[in-house]
Amino acid sequence: MSFDVDVGIRRGDAAIACRIEGDGLTVLFGPSGAGKTSVLNMVAGLIAPDRGHVRVSGETLFDAAIGLDVPPERRRAGYVFQEARLFPHKRVRANLLYGWRQGAGAIDVDETIALLGLAALLDRWPRTLSGGEARRVAIGRALLSNPRFLLLDEPLSSLDRARREEIMALIERLRDALGLPILMVTHDRGEAERLGKRIVEI
Amino acid sequence: MLTPEEWGIVALSLKVGGVAVAATLPIAFALAWLLARGRFPGKVLLDALVHLPLVVPPVVTGWLLLLAFAPAGPIGAWLQSWFGVSVLFRWTGAAIAAGVMALPLMVRAIRLSIEGVDRRLEQAARTLGAGRWRTFRTMTLPLSLPGVIAGVVLGFARALGEFGATITFVSNVPGETGTLPLAIYAALQTPGGEALVLRLAGVSVLLSLVALIASELIARRAGRGLHVL
Repeated sequence: MSFDVDVGIRRGDAAIACRIEGDGLTVLFGPSGAGKTSVLNMVAGLIAPDRGHVRVSGETLFDAAIGLDVPPERRRAGYVFQEARLFPHKRVRANLLYGWRQGAGAIDVDETIALLGLAALLDRWPRTLSGGEARRVAIGRALLSNPRFLLLDEPLSSLDRARREEIMALIERLRDALGLPILMVTHDRGEAERLGKRIVEI
Repeated sequence: MLTPEEWGIVALSLKVGGVAVAATLPIAFALAWLLARGRFPGKVLLDALVHLPLVVPPVVTGWLLLLAFAPAGPIGAWLQSWFGVSVLFRWTGAAIAAGVMALPLMVRAIRLSIEGVDRRLEQAARTLGAGRWRTFRTMTLPLSLPGVIAGVVLGFARALGEFGATITFVSNVPGETGTLPLAIYAALQTPGGEALVLRLAGVSVLLSLVALIASELIARRAGRGLHVL
């Protein structure tokens, strides 16, 4: 259960290159604009790298050398975007269940709702949620899609201190309980050092 | 209030307008999607062609339709040999003329709303396991619905009011192609037709008002589903 990522892409004048190897939680750390989100997008299959490969838990998702590019819907990434990206025309419940996939290792719906404290939010529309609530729904939605790996883009930004602590504890629990490879982006060194046993600077 | 003959004119207008919009909608949506999302050579040309009925005199559009659908024309010959039908002097021809004239307005409205759909939501749907078709069905389509409704209403209003292309293409055959505008025009040419003109004009205004109010209500309901409720 690990990442083996080595990708590079040119974006205008800037070149983004990144190498990630290992299991558990890897923190991608660097200043804004360094291309951290682009790396997550390449792992998720939303943008194609110019070169390199993406392998997760032994399965090749992208390999420039052999022209392999698995589409995002078949990569089974649990991607929590920096902005929650909840579907505005669906209630919280429908958002949570949009990618719901049962199967081996799948997390129980009720369990997820309890874990994230979403029970009271199920019938709300996304635009009535606070930033922290929306973030929790987005995390729940990603978890319920029964992902093979998690991509977390600044999951703690724009949250107040109490919520930060709560979400950080949740990420630690996910890291320890699910055993999924997690790739998390942050620009906060404190967060990076607390959560990641491996920090990749970009 | 209205005589059976006048009701016939109103019913024909609604039928022609309704069929024109219903048949044009899928084409308009496909074109709007292509123009909003597609990247292909000749896009500017396609854009210009779609808008042509908006800027060309309707008489010219009607004449071009006549050339195309005449028994010896490219589409007319095909319809004749395969289905044994002709749309000339028929209400179907009037619907084609109305649909062609409504097309640019519908494409414009729908294209704008497709361009307004947040593509990051579609990306999120993809990462959650939705393929292209499911993403289109559950994200692109419902999120662009307000523009589709606006396009339908605009198109229907345009189709109801269609005159120049229709009279050039399929002429004014009472009961077949004689929609409201054509019937009003014919009544104006007839001595003593003023009373008929007044009543038909009144109906036209009423129909347009109803369509506008209905669209407003539908848009509000759709908007509520999108946001609050």
